[in-house]
Amino acid sequence: MVLTFKIWRQEDKDDKGSLQTYKVDGLSEDMSILEALDHLNEQLVLKNEKVIAFEYDCREGICGQCGIFINGRAHGPHDATTTCQLHLRSFEDGQTIVLEPWRAKAFPVIKDLIVDRSAFDRIIQQGAYIGAKTGTAPEANAIPIGKQTADKAMDAAVCIGCGACVATCKNSSAALFTAAKINHLNTLPQGKLEAHQRVKDMTNQMEKEGFGNCTFTGACEVECPESISVVNIAEMNASIIKTKIYS
Amino acid sequence: MLLDPKIPEGKLEDKWRNYQLGSSLINPANRKKVKVIVVGSGLAGSGAAATLAELGYEIDCFCYQDSARRAHSVAAQGGVNAAKNYQHDGDSIWRMFHDTLKGGDFRSREANVYRLAELSAPLIDHFTQQGVPFAREYGGVLVNRSFGGVQVQRTFYARGQTGQQLLLAAYAQLSKMIRAGKVKMHARHEMLDLVSINGKAKGIIARDLCTGEIKSFAADAVVLATGGYSRVFRLSTLAIGCNGSAIWKAHKKGAFFASPSFTQIHPTALPQASEAQSKLTLMSESLRNDGRIWVPNNKNEARRANDIAEKDRDYYLERKYPSFGNLAPRDIASRAAKKRIDAGYGVGKLKNAVYLDFKDAITNLGLETIKDRYGNLFKMYKKITGIDAYKEPMQISPAAHFSMGGLWVDYELMTTIPGLYALGECNFSDHGANRLGANSLLQASIDGYFILPNTINNYLVKELKNERHTIDHPAFDQATSAVTNQINKILSLKGSKTVDHFHRALGKVMWQECAMSRNEEGLKGALKEIEQIRDDFWRDLTVTGTADEMNTELEKALRLADFIELALLMCTDALDRKESCGAHFREEYQTPEGEALRMDEEYAFVSAWEYSKERFKLHKEQLSFNNITPTVRSYK
Repeated sequence: MVLTFKIWRQEDKDDKGSLQTYKVDGLSEDMSILEALDHLNEQLVLKNEKVIAFEYDCREGICGQCGIFINGRAHGPHDATTTCQLHLRSFEDGQTIVLEPWRAKAFPVIKDLIVDRSAFDRIIQQGAYIGAKTGTAPEANAIPIGKQTADKAMDAAVCIGCGACVATCKNSSAALFTAAKINHLNTLPQGKLEAHQRVKDMTNQMEKEGFGNCTFTGACEVECPESISVVNIAEMNASIIKTKIYS
Repeated sequence: MLLDPKIPEGKLEDKWRNYQLGSSLINPANRKKVKVIVVGSGLAGSGAAATLAELGYEIDCFCYQDSARRAHSVAAQGGVNAAKNYQHDGDSIWRMFHDTLKGGDFRSREANVYRLAELSAPLIDHFTQQGVPFAREYGGVLVNRSFGGVQVQRTFYARGQTGQQLLLAAYAQLSKMIRAGKVKMHARHEMLDLVSINGKAKGIIARDLCTGEIKSFAADAVVLATGGYSRVFRLSTLAIGCNGSAIWKAHKKGAFFASPSFTQIHPTALPQASEAQSKLTLMSESLRNDGRIWVPNNKNEARRANDIAEKDRDYYLERKYPSFGNLAPRDIASRAAKKRIDAGYGVGKLKNAVYLDFKDAITNLGLETIKDRYGNLFKMYKKITGIDAYKEPMQISPAAHFSMGGLWVDYELMTTIPGLYALGECNFSDHGANRLGANSLLQASIDGYFILPNTINNYLVKELKNERHTIDHPAFDQATSAVTNQINKILSLKGSKTVDHFHRALGKVMWQECAMSRNEEGLKGALKEIEQIRDDFWRDLTVTGTADEMNTELEKALRLADFIELALLMCTDALDRKESCGAHFREEYQTPEGEALRMDEEYAFVSAWEYSKERFKLHKEQLSFNNITPTVRSYK
């Protein structure tokens, strides 16, 4: 299989950057897109050129570290998947594939396809936790939680923190990411006690980081590898209003 | 040097309590004067960093990923074990202790294993409190399922993403302490050396992966929680960045390395499809609760799986191990698969897989139940292979997975370097020669949350009275120059082969000779081949880019340089142990039925290796079993 890659190359955060074209042969349809980049990098090294910097770690769709804008879509042509789970069988022999980094004001490019997503960590630090210390927990079955409630919390908790929602949003909004985390904890009895403060602090931080506002296009839900529903955003917005009333 | 595991006095069930009663404490006002470095942000690292910070210590925490939340604990799927006996099926701390010790083929310490079982129940309480959405019954109580090597249901889970949910809970707690100013998180930093002063661990050297800057960090104690090293096989279930460099550097500075060759080969990964493959994706062992494993009865079977009649199928695990069946422990299930595949009964394009079939489970339990239990795994399977496993069997194959070996630690989780601790997968302590499923999340969490915060005081209380050091101490300069020299050497080689070339070569040798089945001749050959790979690496490697920028190729080269040396130790250890136990199967030592033949009289010890002048010296920690008599491990 032969593919032409147009890949964003950028030395560092201050460099202007540009798309470079690479014709790559010796590919097979069983390879993942990241393995195709491994293969290309090996050829670059042998030509004494610098390798393309791109993110990955687990390569099984759960760590959330990989993330490339592929032919204009976050994580490529399929719904509900990560970049590492995208295989070349999804492309035609001879096709041109454009690879770009996530683009958002709050995610500055570090190098080539790698961006800085530490803004997500800082949102989490503003209250995406339960304040109890190690060693203070009651017996696990002491607080019954209905299956529907546990399932609802889990549906939100599965977020892998990849940032595809931000990358695909025309406003670069982090609403889905933030809402998923808020709803995971606020749904559970253990998280309810700090619910209002959590909503306030996390949404404040989200704005401070320079993410845009949500205009409810639903694009994030489409690209989310875990198919987290935009209903979470609606619930978060309702919580914001409740928080304003109650605090 | 005599290895003292520091097992507390008293009856087995009293040891941990006795230990806590006798251990030192540090006044809360003094704790803020103490700095601890934690390397790794997985369950063990995040748990330790957050808990120590809650207690009042100052923490520097490091991970090579872009965020603490990426650590590979995230990928554990199936669950976490705890002796809660919620299912009223005869479980107890004692039974869990027994299962784990037996599962490890009697090559772990009784006292450690008992403590693991004892602390399992409070861990479930802890994670529930932290907001982990564990699976629930409609009535609101927690659900359990079974895992391999066990006949009770003691595994707690959150769909097929238990590791993710536990890690995110630990990351949340860590984030809370970052906000509180007690933890300073250093993401995208990789530890490249340990700094020891007067024989004690006093800091680390780390490379900022964004800028290439080599930085020094001083502390009163150093905690390694850097995970497993199965990427030595290149193809494994681990994350691509997982590496053995931190523990290897510590080993070279004096930390003994225990049972290095004990590597778990997981029976249910996706088979390799091509040379270019970088990773073998794991399908959770929990699938074996409902899936049935089989191969065709005829070699060269050409029919599709669904067209093969029942009489032409060999459900070999059910046939050979009727009482445990498809839930036989991992080492046994992997070896059985290898035997079928080697004998020519393998399935799939490369004939390197066996079937895992859900047809009966779907008939008996209904499609919805199976979807609820394993939906995300089936989805993942389809993404990678393009096959719908609700309609035809999955194809699975053994893959390198967990490192039971690691740095030798005593009951306090301290290595042979005073002030250096090792937690989670990077130590050797609890799993013996084979780890039971759903015990790894357990061990990592317990080490970090419950054990280290109770044991580290004993050391720190003495250190508070001694002279403190800063990064101005010459030991930091020396370590920095050593690291810089190694980097410069790699960049100046300018040979003709890539890092991946050497990694593929190393992986091939290790998978062939030091994985599921080993023998003397093969291991001796492997040692020669690996030495050759090492010499070629340092002669003919080429890495582009510079030292003072983000350079992913250089990162890979530094990790591989350590893997090559570690591989030599693994083969040396496998060669030395002239018996079969758990995952370590020496072909020369097997029963007439082809099962592992343990040699308790000669080998009931932990092999702890010392690094001296580029050679490995063996020390033995004798294991004594006072509460359970080691028996032949039978799952028939």
